Amino acid sequence: MPDAIVITGLVKTFGATRALDGLDLTVRSGEVHGFLGPNGAGKTTCLRLLLGLYRADSGSATVLGLDPWRDSVALHRRLAYVPGDVSLWPNLTGGEVIDLLGRLRGGLNPQRRAELIARFDLDPRKKARAYSKGNRQKVALIAALSSDVELLLLDEPTAGLDPLMESMFRGLIGEWRGDGRSVLLSSHILSEAEALSDRLSIIRSGRIVETGTLDEMRHLRRTAVTVQLRGEPPNLAGIPGIHDVVVEGEHITCQVDADALDPLLASLASAGVTSLLTQPPTLEQLFLQHYEVGTAASSA
Amino acid sequence: MSRFVGTLHLARLALRRDRIVLPVWIAIFPLITVASASATMALYPDEASRMIAASAINDVPVAVALYGRIWDPTSLGALSLLKLAAMGGVMIGLLAIMLVTRHARAEEEKGRTELLGASVVGGWAGLTAAVIVAAVAMISIGVLSAGGLIAAGLPAAGSWAFGLAWATTGMAFAAISAIANQLTRTARSANALAFLVLAVAFLVRALGDATGDSEAPSPLSWLSPIGWGQQVRPYAGDRFAVLPITVAFIALALAAAYVLDSRRDLGAGLLPDRAGRATAPSSLASPIALAWRLQYGMLIGWLAGYLVVSAIFGSIINDLSGMLDTPQAQQMIEALGGTSVMLDAFMAMEFSIMAFVTAAYGIVAARRLATEETDGHTESVLATSVSRWQLLSSHLAVALVGTTLLALSQGAGFGLASAAQSGTLDRMGATMGASVVALPAIWLMVATVVLLYGFAPRLSYLSWALLVAFLLIAEFGALFEWPSWVTDTSPFAHIPKLPAAPMAWGPILVLLVLAAALIAAGTVRFRKRDLAAP
Repeated sequence: MPDAIVITGLVKTFGATRALDGLDLTVRSGEVHGFLGPNGAGKTTCLRLLLGLYRADSGSATVLGLDPWRDSVALHRRLAYVPGDVSLWPNLTGGEVIDLLGRLRGGLNPQRRAELIARFDLDPRKKARAYSKGNRQKVALIAALSSDVELLLLDEPTAGLDPLMESMFRGLIGEWRGDGRSVLLSSHILSEAEALSDRLSIIRSGRIVETGTLDEMRHLRRTAVTVQLRGEPPNLAGIPGIHDVVVEGEHITCQVDADALDPLLASLASAGVTSLLTQPPTLEQLFLQHYEVGTAASSA
Repeated sequence: MSRFVGTLHLARLALRRDRIVLPVWIAIFPLITVASASATMALYPDEASRMIAASAINDVPVAVALYGRIWDPTSLGALSLLKLAAMGGVMIGLLAIMLVTRHARAEEEKGRTELLGASVVGGWAGLTAAVIVAAVAMISIGVLSAGGLIAAGLPAAGSWAFGLAWATTGMAFAAISAIANQLTRTARSANALAFLVLAVAFLVRALGDATGDSEAPSPLSWLSPIGWGQQVRPYAGDRFAVLPITVAFIALALAAAYVLDSRRDLGAGLLPDRAGRATAPSSLASPIALAWRLQYGMLIGWLAGYLVVSAIFGSIINDLSGMLDTPQAQQMIEALGGTSVMLDAFMAMEFSIMAFVTAAYGIVAARRLATEETDGHTESVLATSVSRWQLLSSHLAVALVGTTLLALSQGAGFGLASAAQSGTLDRMGATMGASVVALPAIWLMVATVVLLYGFAPRLSYLSWALLVAFLLIAEFGALFEWPSWVTDTSPFAHIPKLPAAPMAWGPILVLLVLAAALIAAGTVRFRKRDLAAP
């Protein structure tokens, strides 16, 4: 099956600002792809380009095999979008907005609509101006998920939801995926992206700085190792790929590159290990690493 | 007085937000006033010529209804500022209403009041700041106009009477707007409600003035803030004693606004929301259905207003023959070719002014495209399988159909009121024709909105500037003896003045082609541009 989204070298400038600066991104068919980055990194700009709301300066984007600018009408029949800042018509009710957006997209499944309204615990008879941010978000999510589409573009979809609804949303995405249906999930809530995504991309200043599964990302990173030894600590300084070694008596902590784990364990085993704790880097650490490096580099 | 804490900070913030627009408005009013006075002085140098000009107004009920009466036919000042007393009163009222709403309800609706309300700002500070901004504008306009008129050579007392009458009339509508801001939830409906009061105030004094005699208007005129402003009678008695009526009204209306303000929650109106439909009606399934759903309420309000206004003018015009019993008027009618020709001329005059009002509706309706985009709604619609042309054509269709319905209802209201008195439908065809013939110029104004919107939503605001410029050309172009290349820029100048003048298809065709071209250019441009970030 062809990839759901293929972006190569996408550039978008607003005046002097380069919002997207040669962005490459591939979302495979059937996967949930986490799109991570802090505020202002270019996530929303990228989504709006994928919807044909913005026109790219250069580079190319293909969504479900179509050009998002030229074929937007045909394309939008097959995808649904939940904006980050949901703005609804104040004098329409939530139910009316759900029906309207669904019909404009080409139809919605009434059973699914009823089921989602019940699960999200939304009162569809209220006028949109009376909804809180979270309830507006629910309206947009129900409208998107009630349609029979192949691709969901979600821009920080849970930003206004309470923890209960957030976990319900995670369950929904889990059910919804499969059958070759794909999701591009922009977020800065790392736990959410980690729980839902098959693969992740990290965006910084309009470029993708890392992409892959969490395991792949971890593989390229140092693991934190804490060891309690029975005897005299071996000299680890000679082994390449071991960093930040701190020795306190028989207790050692260090950071280890993935390919240095073997020599480390061999050398530790000779000293006799009483306890060993290894911690792969969390997504948060991966993420912060990119941004700390970035800030250091840009301020240097 | 803790409810007023922070007022000055908010007022300063509001004045800063309007630092460009507000000075422009404050400058425009006195400039027009002074220019109009100087031009009239040159035109009517002696008393005899002024007497003739004054009787051409005073003896014609439609003119009195539109502009009011000249209380001293010999007075240069009274003649110069006639149009600016009534029409200017409406314009300044519009400005005052929009200023208050912009800084009170609009801020609250966008949620910025909430942001500020959480800091050390009292509950009444927002409304007070909005009223202060309006007061700054009205007082500046009043004082600058008075000063300008004195400098132009008119008597000081009359100039101050005029300036103060303007400022107080404006403040009366600022206070009315302050009340409307408490009653409704949205800025749009607050403005609509206050505009309705303004329209009624104008009509009440139109009826009162037209049915009064040369000594005094009928008591109806004393029910309207615009009427009070006119009864100060600048340069024709300078009755400063009338001003306290307006001032007392302002005080009472503002007090009512504060009472209402303290009885409601932040963000709420006084009328609670009822639960609505859980599902959309099956018709709500296309961009055009959405545009209609968003706009039909406003259109129905306008249609009702048009029927009332045109019925009133229709019956005034029909009374003409009975009311024109002064010798001068009889003479004038003879000179101009009899009663029927006069009727046609007055009808053409009334309809040419109403064409601007219809165009204003058209601009409001078409500019919904822009507000939908800046409110972030267009993003949601274009993310579904709706093309840019479908989106653009939806509100465009409402604007085109709406202006057509308004023109038809105006012609029908006028014709029916006339028929009710004369007993025949003979004039129906003439009134319908006179009303509908202005549509190409009105549609061209709608087309300018589409063209500007094609470049950026915010630019479409410039259509208002164009409409104001064309209105100035229509009302003052002849007085100022502007060259024809200036006056010919206005599409309204090319509408055949039916039924007084014969039909001319040439200009109609040109206006239609131009409108179509602007719409096409705007559409092409819109399909190439980025959507504005919400």
